[in-house]
Amino acid sequence: MHHENAQPYLQIRNLTKKFGEFIALKDISIDIIENEFVCFLGPSGCGKTTLLRVIAGLDIQTYGSIIQAGKDISSLPPSERDFGIVFQSYALFPNLTITRNVAVGLENVGMPAPKVQHRVDELLELVGLVDQKDKYPAQLSGGQQQRVALARAMAISPGLLLLDEPLSALDAKVRSRLRHEIKELQHKFAVTTIMVTHDQEEALTMADRIVVMDNGIIEQVGKPEEIYRSPKTKFVADFVGTMNFLSGTIVSNGTAKVGDVVLTCDTEDLPVGSSVMVAIRPEEINARNITNSDSNIVQIEVLHIEFLGSFCRVKLGGGDLKDVSLRADFSISLTRLLSIKVGLKLKVSLPSKFICIYLTD
Amino acid sequence: MTTNIKNISIVKQKSSRDDLTMRVCMILIGLFLAIAILLPLYTMLSKSLENKEGAFIGISNYVEYFSTPSLFLSAYNSILLSAIGTIILLLVTFIYAYALTRTQMPFKWFFKIIAIIPLLTPSMLGGISLVYWFGNQGVAKGLLMGESIYGPIGIVMGSVYWVFPHALMIIITALSITDARLYEAAVALRTSKIKTFFMVTIPSCKFGLISAGFVVFILIFTDFGVPKVIGGMYNMLATDIYKQVIGQQNFQMGAVVAVVLLIPAIIAFSVDRFVQRKQVALLSASAVPYEPKKSKGLDLTMLMFCSFIAFLIICMIGMAQYAALIKFWPYNLSFTLDNFNFDLIEGGGWGSYFNSIRLSIYTALIGSIIIFFGAYLVEKGRGFSFGRNAFHAVAMIPLAVPGMALGLAYIFFFNNPNNPLNFLYGTMGILVISTITHFYTVSHLTATTALKQMDPEFESVSASLKTPFFRSFQKITAPICMPAILDISVYLFLNAMTTVSAVVFLYSTNTRLASIAVLNMDDQGELAMAAAMAMMIAYTCGGVRILHAIGTHNILGKTQRWRSK
Repeated sequence: MHHENAQPYLQIRNLTKKFGEFIALKDISIDIIENEFVCFLGPSGCGKTTLLRVIAGLDIQTYGSIIQAGKDISSLPPSERDFGIVFQSYALFPNLTITRNVAVGLENVGMPAPKVQHRVDELLELVGLVDQKDKYPAQLSGGQQQRVALARAMAISPGLLLLDEPLSALDAKVRSRLRHEIKELQHKFAVTTIMVTHDQEEALTMADRIVVMDNGIIEQVGKPEEIYRSPKTKFVADFVGTMNFLSGTIVSNGTAKVGDVVLTCDTEDLPVGSSVMVAIRPEEINARNITNSDSNIVQIEVLHIEFLGSFCRVKLGGGDLKDVSLRADFSISLTRLLSIKVGLKLKVSLPSKFICIYLTD
Repeated sequence: MTTNIKNISIVKQKSSRDDLTMRVCMILIGLFLAIAILLPLYTMLSKSLENKEGAFIGISNYVEYFSTPSLFLSAYNSILLSAIGTIILLLVTFIYAYALTRTQMPFKWFFKIIAIIPLLTPSMLGGISLVYWFGNQGVAKGLLMGESIYGPIGIVMGSVYWVFPHALMIIITALSITDARLYEAAVALRTSKIKTFFMVTIPSCKFGLISAGFVVFILIFTDFGVPKVIGGMYNMLATDIYKQVIGQQNFQMGAVVAVVLLIPAIIAFSVDRFVQRKQVALLSASAVPYEPKKSKGLDLTMLMFCSFIAFLIICMIGMAQYAALIKFWPYNLSFTLDNFNFDLIEGGGWGSYFNSIRLSIYTALIGSIIIFFGAYLVEKGRGFSFGRNAFHAVAMIPLAVPGMALGLAYIFFFNNPNNPLNFLYGTMGILVISTITHFYTVSHLTATTALKQMDPEFESVSASLKTPFFRSFQKITAPICMPAILDISVYLFLNAMTTVSAVVFLYSTNTRLASIAVLNMDDQGELAMAAAMAMMIAYTCGGVRILHAIGTHNILGKTQRWRSK
């Protein structure tokens, strides 16, 4: 990127956080680049919120350091750090109007009143709530409150924006609209942003990079496509998206055996004989126009069909796979084309480039 | 073990200036508490181990106490009567509270108001009324079938009367937190009403009942007003302290009795705290409030029961009111206002009434500020958890300390000529301090509860917005908690107005109080005047309660507009 930003904006080094005996974060290190939108993704209790709170100074790490814009902030109290924050509850001050909520931070840094008014209007304009400015938080909808919280956090133009599950309290429709809006605002504000979420769809759609966490460690860091296409660990493969896991054995460099079938795939130098999990996403299983040039053709039977609106999730098993079964997502048109029904025997291909292999624990 | 060798030092967060200021403020209030409760208690404990000349004599005083049957007997009496009173109260208040929360009985508002009345009067008022009803010239003396009201019967009746609202509030709260779904599930499973009552109702409020039991026990056990007025020759611990100290000037033995009074109170208090901690997670967030259904038989039975209880309460306060307005019971029943001529006798006077007003205002104002601010610092401070936990622990102590013990401890501590705070002795200042301290815990808990209900992220947001803590306290926390702050100030006002137990040792000729005047008038046989003064206190407290209701309503309307959608 820009060469003056050779230094990452936020450098997190060897962070460990203990709550008594419990280790919430284990030796975490990441770099975050200026203006980047990073999501911490993981199941509840994985340490993502703790990491966010440590970055804000709301909790203090047991070991490790944090450098923000070249300044060591490891031991600073939150009031001396440079960040804006939006919580799941929004934490809007209920007794102050929208205008006053947004103005609080500006008043605290000693901005003169006319300038405060100007800046507040500007921010409310940006989030599209100018006409609501004299109302109290309780009079706004969840989505509106969320945007007020964002405007308030951005008022003093912090270098870092922290979002703690900002969309979880909203219903599905509003949520998907706001994903887009937040991303757009982040772009306008041009602010380095960290968002904590347990919702993979949110992370995949919004983030420049995703940090997948589990049990206090980082499982994988990468662009959304990377995370989805080539999950590095079985945990990531399982947590992000849907994945078939078939137990098998490595039979040679480049092949693994599942049931009676030998599948070609990248076996990553695993020794022959290792027991492994062969993983493939349901939507990558192909049933259209299978020819001999397709890799890993398997003779299989339809066991069960689940109608999911825009597509069908089909449970396949038997045939070459014996008692192993897997799920495949077939579009409605394909289902119609092949007249998929329970008991139908068909050929599918498991393309080797979409197969991932993980050692069985 | 292999990783992280370079970064092995534990990170300690630097404290911001706000953190330090908050800590200093908290330590200052903590010091106030230490001086107001810990040091006096310590002084009293050491006094109980000394002889009259001030030499340390170990536990000899206690040995003497427990080997003097007349002294020891009063401990037995206190426990016995408190236990009887507690059982009666639990039964009566449970049914009353059940009627208010779990039935569609009509006129609930009326029964709620009536139930508050005993809170507005000093505990002696019940005793005075009982004398008029059942005393030697009492109207309904015959009902006692030859037994005397002066003694255990009177003490139990008087205690049950004034403790009733305290027990009722706890049990109503316990009965209010229930999940309607449990009852629907019980009906769906065809569980009989009786079985449901024992399977759902009782378990869901058992902690409340236990808690109420302990609170009631402590209140009766440590009360001084009722046994003083109606106890006759029947000795109780609280009156013993008074007799030892005021009557015989035997301060050491007074200290011993105070400690003996203190110990069961502390035990009961600790058990109560333990039980309450268990109650926390009874109600899940998805619980649905219970809506009682109409049931003719039950509603009518409850209406009769509550009417009877309300009738008894009205009889008590009504008799005091009547007695205050008539010339000379039972010979001249014509109405007069002469009994309000308090200046006619020694030890009373209108001055004492106005002193009480001053004490109540000071206590309410200063007390609610100190207590709420202290609770804020404990609840919202960052780091320094040792200090915050210690503060919270000390703030719990006053509830376990009976007023008589507190008052006596104050004598020992503040009357010591070597104490630099000696100048407070005999002033309004010491009355204010002792009253704030005496009622500290309940107010502290009210404040803490209100603060806990606030979104904990307000502080995080404020820190990220660089809001100084006094600013967010003033602009956010205090306005949001205003209803709780008003509750605290009224609680302090009412208690300052009606209390006798701690202040009875601490007032001077210049700082006599209305409640003390009631005692003195009763001592001098001026029962009608005592009733009149007690009624003055009741009018004032009732007025303040009404003002509080109006004020809360207005303030909610004005400053809490945000609460409405």
